[in-house]
Amino acid sequence: MALDEGLQSELQKEGVYLTTWDKLVNWGRGNSIWPLQFGLACCAIEMIATAASRYDIARFGSEIFRASPRQADLMIVAGTVTKKMAPQVVRLYNQMAEPKYVISMGACATSGGPFHKGYNVLKGIDRYIPVDVYIPGCPPTPQALLEGLQKLQERINASSVGQAMAKKQGEYPVPEYGPAGLSPRYNPAVWQPPARHPFDYQRAPASPAPSTPPAA
Amino acid sequence: MWASLDELKSVLEQQLPGVTVTVEGAVLYVEPKNLVSVCRYLKDSERFRLDYLANLTAVDYPPERIEVVYHVYSMDKKHGPLPLKVRLPRAEPKVASVTPIWRGAEFQEREAYDLYGVIFEGHPDLRRILLWDGFQGHPMRKDYVVEDQNVLEGGPA
Repeated sequence: MALDEGLQSELQKEGVYLTTWDKLVNWGRGNSIWPLQFGLACCAIEMIATAASRYDIARFGSEIFRASPRQADLMIVAGTVTKKMAPQVVRLYNQMAEPKYVISMGACATSGGPFHKGYNVLKGIDRYIPVDVYIPGCPPTPQALLEGLQKLQERINASSVGQAMAKKQGEYPVPEYGPAGLSPRYNPAVWQPPARHPFDYQRAPASPAPSTPPAA
Repeated sequence: MWASLDELKSVLEQQLPGVTVTVEGAVLYVEPKNLVSVCRYLKDSERFRLDYLANLTAVDYPPERIEVVYHVYSMDKKHGPLPLKVRLPRAEPKVASVTPIWRGAEFQEREAYDLYGVIFEGHPDLRRILLWDGFQGHPMRKDYVVEDQNVLEGGPA
């Protein structure tokens, strides 16, 4: 039910506050996102800087970095996810309490970044777990991380509490070590390879069927 | 300290009969079979006292050879580094371990084994250090093919 803004403001002057359950709970949820305290590479240094006094992530209610996944709502994947580390990251995600969110911080966590063609780095954590916000940068500045956090808050505020509570992420399969990498290479439920690499100019474009004029 | 690598070469060949080393640029090449005796001498001799192995790695030169590189310093005499190299056949790269001489070589030899497939004979615990046990192949070799090079372009998983 939409409230008339003018009426709401008049009522507030009289000491009567009207709101909706969704707004109230999301205000609380969005402003107390507890991140999981773990970092994987240089992005973690920027994350630490964001938590320190100069950038002060506490202004957005997220200063309580939890050392246990059971107490965390948000996983900030800060840094390069090596193939050796990826199963542990998925396992940590599985152990987090619902509703849970993931920020993929930086080029490495998003796509493998500069290690994209290497043998040892996962080409994006979104191959195994669902990601809510991607932050570009190498590494992203603290301001960029705060912007990502605000984007996540917008997402949280946009969904109704009922939706958020009913949505169960559940357990995602943990990849195993194979002879040349992880097996499976991605979870088809969360990620599918695009039909064609958008930047791959070397491969010939799928040529349309030659348009032969209909025989007269 | 040594005046030049040529002087070091002559000292080594004089002190260790039957050993020949070659100087190429700033590097002392040692034959694989002489590596342990040369390293032992360089560490123990009063003059050189090269007691600290700062770096041990391998370089792949396909198609025929792999080189193992050693950088040694002296903490005692405050000199170094001395770059030592051995040339090994790429098909069967085997060399004696220097872990009994410099204890710090243990993990670095495991890394060179893991990524280049160099076998260090006499190593106390030669197994993979960075990659997991079931991994096949040695990914820093130049002919290693990465499994998921083309995943972004689609194709079979």
